[in-house]
Amino acid sequence: MASEFAVELRDVVKKFITPEGNELNAVDHVTMQIKNGEFFSMLGSSGCGKTTSLRMIAGFEWPTEGEVYIEGKPMGHTPPFQRKVNTVFQSYALFQHMTVFQNIAFGLEMEGADKNEIEKRVKRALEMVQLTGMERRKPKQLSGGQQQRVAVARALVKVPDVLLLDEPLGALDLKLRKEMQLELKALQQQLGITFVYVTHDQEEAMTMSDRIAVMSKGKVQQMGTPVEIYERPANRFVADFIGESNFLEGTIKSLSKEEAVVFVPQLNAELTGIPVSDGLVNGEEVTVSIRPEKVHISDKVLDVNSFTGRVTNTVYIGTDTHVFVDLMGKQIKVFEQNRISRLDPGSFYSIGQEVILVMWPDNVLVLKKG
Amino acid sequence: MLQRLRENKSAQGTLLATPTMLWMLALLIIPLLLTLVVSFGKRSPDGDVIYTFSLDNYIRLLGYSTDCENGQASCFNPLYLQILWRSVSLAFNTTILVIVLAYPLAYFIARAQPKRRNTFLFLVLIPLWTNFVIRVYAWMMLLRKEGAINIILGWVAGLFGLDFQPLEMLYTPGAVLVGMVYEFLPFMILPIFTSLEKIDGSLYEAAADLGANAIKTFLRVTLPLSMPGVVAGTILVFIPVMGTFIVSDILGGRQVILVGNLIQRQFLDARDPTFGSAASLILMIMTLIVTYFYTRKFGFGEEIVVA
Repeated sequence: MASEFAVELRDVVKKFITPEGNELNAVDHVTMQIKNGEFFSMLGSSGCGKTTSLRMIAGFEWPTEGEVYIEGKPMGHTPPFQRKVNTVFQSYALFQHMTVFQNIAFGLEMEGADKNEIEKRVKRALEMVQLTGMERRKPKQLSGGQQQRVAVARALVKVPDVLLLDEPLGALDLKLRKEMQLELKALQQQLGITFVYVTHDQEEAMTMSDRIAVMSKGKVQQMGTPVEIYERPANRFVADFIGESNFLEGTIKSLSKEEAVVFVPQLNAELTGIPVSDGLVNGEEVTVSIRPEKVHISDKVLDVNSFTGRVTNTVYIGTDTHVFVDLMGKQIKVFEQNRISRLDPGSFYSIGQEVILVMWPDNVLVLKKG
Repeated sequence: MLQRLRENKSAQGTLLATPTMLWMLALLIIPLLLTLVVSFGKRSPDGDVIYTFSLDNYIRLLGYSTDCENGQASCFNPLYLQILWRSVSLAFNTTILVIVLAYPLAYFIARAQPKRRNTFLFLVLIPLWTNFVIRVYAWMMLLRKEGAINIILGWVAGLFGLDFQPLEMLYTPGAVLVGMVYEFLPFMILPIFTSLEKIDGSLYEAAADLGANAIKTFLRVTLPLSMPGVVAGTILVFIPVMGTFIVSDILGGRQVILVGNLIQRQFLDARDPTFGSAASLILMIMTLIVTYFYTRKFGFGEEIVVA
């Protein structure tokens, strides 16, 4: 491999003209480096620029500014058919007039591979996606999941440097989607090919990815491993978009190298011992965030960050019970895992009940404003 | 009575199909049977039909005649076979030419921006608002000796100081071909456009992604996926061209006689409905045979109707 990075976007901007005639930065100064052999996801809601970024890697769009590098080489206006990347399309984009075999063979024929080799490689690709015996079917005669596999086989048979996947599982039902997630991940590990995966489903991104780029409004909000992104969200958007969070507005009251004390006017109280990162100053207004499953319900007041509140609602969802607690007018979500099997309604929190919430310092995050 | 009908599914079916059946009977089957019966008849000297069972008309169509000029008992005259052959080959040539002209146009329209697309389709349809015959007459104005084309050619030749003899374009097979192509072009453009427009744009991207350049993408993806449109258009063009007589009548004069003209003249000029009926049936059979083999190979292009 020529370069450490399979794909690199350097300060890429893609401008579109909206139907109203306005200029829109679909991708706004995005820089990302995708390592060789990595399963990399771009995660975001629709319109965040993830698909446009993918299409610029594929060559279907060209950046307005900046440059896309594949294996260290600047792509400029290289057309898609001259890039060593292949795409699995959201709609699969299978050729309806061709059989499964012909669909998969298409890319090899374009390379000018000879007949024997094509046959061998198509056969292997079909084995890989567990579709042996389906060679002569037309795409219409396959189920959605099978079509999806053909699309994957058709792209992978070319042994690309990078496989691009644009929400490939979006059309499948939940169960099949979960199966395919694991299968795709296994396939990626087995082949060692770099996968760049676009999805709006955070669970999907978490399940499969080595690293995730969380995108919003054309910008990368945070790039990191699933754990980093969930446990150390870079800003309020990421903390809110990935999983759920309770947010409290506050001011830094005192600051040492490792920890801070934050005054939260809403609770008229201080949160103490909160771990901090660099770049914060005393007196700065910040957002404090704590995950609902990391709020602890205690039966007695402890000496750190304990608050008394009243249960306003509970929702039983099987694995967890969601408890909504009113703390001086501020609603705090708490997820309690149902670790013991029980039926007695009295064993659950009841509405109006007084509870003590504990926010352990290590579970509280300080996020910069803006 | 009503109670029993409610329980009897097959009676319901029969009842529901009856209006259609009556319609088909009155407008298709009875006229066809009449034509068949008349075609086996003979023409009386004063132009009436004598109902009998005679194959004379068919034998005459095949070129064998019982009234020869030099008094032989029978002689061979391929006149009618030539007319039949001319009709088939003209229909064939027209269809090919129409495909060649219509495909790029349909492709261009299908690839145009949606706003412009409607304008282009509108332009394709405008000629159809004018009467068929009048459109053919317009071509007469263009093609005749003192017509627009010759005037322009003469003017251009004059600019270069060349001597110009007006071209004899009207009343030639070429004029009929041009007229036919012009008349039937929209019937090819529209189905091809429909099938091209239905191709999902991501298929072009998939082809490019897999290494196909523009030409290969066209040959391997676009063309095969638009074939249903070509097939449907071919059926829409070939069949009417086989039977039409107006274009050849106006632009071909006495020079280009097709089966359609033959039939028309038998009924109106020669007053021999028996021979006209026989020719009609032969035309129908020929068209059916060609269409049968064609559709068996290519289908009806129904994919463009049923997605």
